Amino acid sequence: MLSRTAGHLYWLGRYMERAEFTCRLVEATVRLSVLGDHEAGERAWRSALSVVGVHEDFVADGEPFTVPAARRYLTLAEETPSSIRSCLAAARNNALAARTALTVEVWQAINRAWTIVRDRSRPGREQATLNLIEELKAEIRGFEGAVGRMLRSEGHWFIRLGAAVERGDNTARLLDVKYYLLLPPGQEVGGALDRDQWTTILQIVSARTAYRHIYQGPLQPWLVADFLIFRREMPRSLIAAADEAVELLGEFAALSGRQGPADRLARQRLDRLEDLDIVTVFQGGLHEWLAAYIGENAALDGAIARQFRFG
Amino acid sequence: MAGKAAFDELWGFSRGRKPRNGFEPLAEWSGNAPPGELERRQQAAEAAFRNLGITFAVYGEAEAAERIIPFDIIPRVFSAAEWKRLEAGLEQRVNAINAFIDDVYGERRILADGVIPEDIVLANAQFCIPCAAARPPHGVYAHICGIDLVRTGPEQFYVLEDNARTPSGVSYMLENRETMLRLCPELFDLLPVRPVDSYPELLRDTLRSVSPRRSADPVCVLLTPGQYNSAYYEHAFLADNMGIELVEGRDLEVDDDIVWMRTIDGRVRVDVIYRRIDDAFLDPLVFRPDSALGVPGLMAAYTAGNVTLVNAPGTGIADDKAIYSYMPEIVRYYSGEDPILPNVETWRCREPDALKYVLEHLGEMVVKLVDGSGGYGMLVGPTATSTEIERFRAALKAEPHRYIAQPTLALSTVPTLAEGDIAPRHVDFRPFVLTGADGVRIVPGGLTRVALRKGSLVVNSSQGGGTKDSFVLAPQCEGERG
Repeated sequence: MLSRTAGHLYWLGRYMERAEFTCRLVEATVRLSVLGDHEAGERAWRSALSVVGVHEDFVADGEPFTVPAARRYLTLAEETPSSIRSCLAAARNNALAARTALTVEVWQAINRAWTIVRDRSRPGREQATLNLIEELKAEIRGFEGAVGRMLRSEGHWFIRLGAAVERGDNTARLLDVKYYLLLPPGQEVGGALDRDQWTTILQIVSARTAYRHIYQGPLQPWLVADFLIFRREMPRSLIAAADEAVELLGEFAALSGRQGPADRLARQRLDRLEDLDIVTVFQGGLHEWLAAYIGENAALDGAIARQFRFG
Repeated sequence: MAGKAAFDELWGFSRGRKPRNGFEPLAEWSGNAPPGELERRQQAAEAAFRNLGITFAVYGEAEAAERIIPFDIIPRVFSAAEWKRLEAGLEQRVNAINAFIDDVYGERRILADGVIPEDIVLANAQFCIPCAAARPPHGVYAHICGIDLVRTGPEQFYVLEDNARTPSGVSYMLENRETMLRLCPELFDLLPVRPVDSYPELLRDTLRSVSPRRSADPVCVLLTPGQYNSAYYEHAFLADNMGIELVEGRDLEVDDDIVWMRTIDGRVRVDVIYRRIDDAFLDPLVFRPDSALGVPGLMAAYTAGNVTLVNAPGTGIADDKAIYSYMPEIVRYYSGEDPILPNVETWRCREPDALKYVLEHLGEMVVKLVDGSGGYGMLVGPTATSTEIERFRAALKAEPHRYIAQPTLALSTVPTLAEGDIAPRHVDFRPFVLTGADGVRIVPGGLTRVALRKGSLVVNSSQGGGTKDSFVLAPQCEGERG
């Protein structure tokens, strides 16, 4: 496979995963903001902007902060690379450039998702935003399904590898923005902890009911952190994403008979996660640990690009 | 004028829409369809094209707007006998084109014998000086030719243009057929239509046959300018259907006159490049130095005989419109036979008498730039405004050698869906002729382009033209029908 094609597929996987994450982020934030008062609503949207790392950009763009403006910024804005629209545009561009490596079904799902946002510039009110997100999620699920039916070869692996790296990054960022909510018992910040906030975090990673199945009890904030970092059953946990990266890199190694720095980095990261637990993470500081994890994930991304010669 | 008395591919010259012999099933099919049914199917076809992303970008439109080429659901049909003659004529013409190119970059016998004036070849902007240094592997230059044909009567087929550089449109031939099979399967019961879906295999066989190495498994690639090119869909489609890599210039590198492509497992040697970028962009070291689409050193690798370029650089000399006017002589010179497919009568404006005639009859003629394509830089006298005519008059006087002129032909028509009715619309036809080391291959079909505006003779997609499927009928059934 051409190195450039590999790069396009890898980034296709990353952008589609990011689009999906942002869809769920918007969905959960709409819910959270209608639950609280006006001020809580604004806080929820500011926090959502921070999760995708664009709060500063938004402020710098000079538009006064309002909830509808934040909603538009995350969904349909053309001026930020992190809106759902921009992610889908980037995904589609990568798909176009790697068209021959994709099945018609994969291409069509991406193209349909893009046509949903192409001619829209405003998401409308809460209800309209949720409808838009619902439509997009359906197409993105269609994309994932179509990727699942691709031939099990390099093309399939690169899309999934991109998605796995992106997923690790998204989950870590989500945890980092909300980390003050996840402190262990006895260290509560800001008074009464907000159940709605925890529920929102779980909803963003589509794990509200999964949490209850695993922990069998009421919501415990520090268990939410445990869930999102250490539970392999949870597909969007850091360890599941780390597992998947090791496994996918293993497929390439089996085919070519060679391994490289990306394989080593991915395995070391998984080993470290396996030797760790949530108590140790909290002792060292969750925020510091997450910042280091995001850095490691970026290093893995760079190593993958170099190893497959598209960096 | 054109349009009134045009020959119709289905109805012939009959006034009462009586179908030509053997074409009755198509006339019945289109005539008896319930109202709205054909429109409904046509819309379904266009929706399918859009979903597949079969779009093309029109130069100059905002954001390289992606449009689909309009598709018309009523096919154009060739009888087996018509096709047999076309096939023979195409093979004869393309063989002559290849012999001509080989000659002008080699011995130049045709110039020495005075068949064509020397300056029209050697001083031609399309004459590629760096190409004279190399003979391509197996001596084939124009591996893929799109020969544009027009028709004015039952036996009157003419070659309008030879496209010997990088002809496009074959993906429409294939996708139009797929669409017809899906939406109008009953037509294929009514008519013995010959399949076209072997084209990608024939093309792959052609590419493999011209590999410079005797390797059992030559590496062939398709070189595209990239996803923003108007024909990118076709590039991806063909690469995919041939099972070869779709590469861009930045995927290739030349090292010691060998071409390599960069893959995830390291570099792989490339033997044959089906390039869909123009000569000028192939190699910044030899042609345009600002080209980022090509590969530095590619021409050196080609000249060294280490890679085959399909088509070879320099084939533009054969599709130049000034050379076109000499094609009948060229065919006679190399084949020793009369051309089976004649040219459209052509005035070379570089000749004073011809120029005088053209200027006197500008309102009746079609004037073309010798190196223009895509319907750009063209005057259709009968439909042009007086301002356009005067603009061309001035241009002709200033640089007569850049123009040729032809009579406005009454191009044949095909029944076409138009404003809720079926009406004749003018068409042309582009079959694709493949030439490998082992001979000529022609798929029974091609691209029929149709001018959707009433009376219009311009079929180019960039000028609002559409496409139709082109049916070539198998021979046996014709005997049955007498």
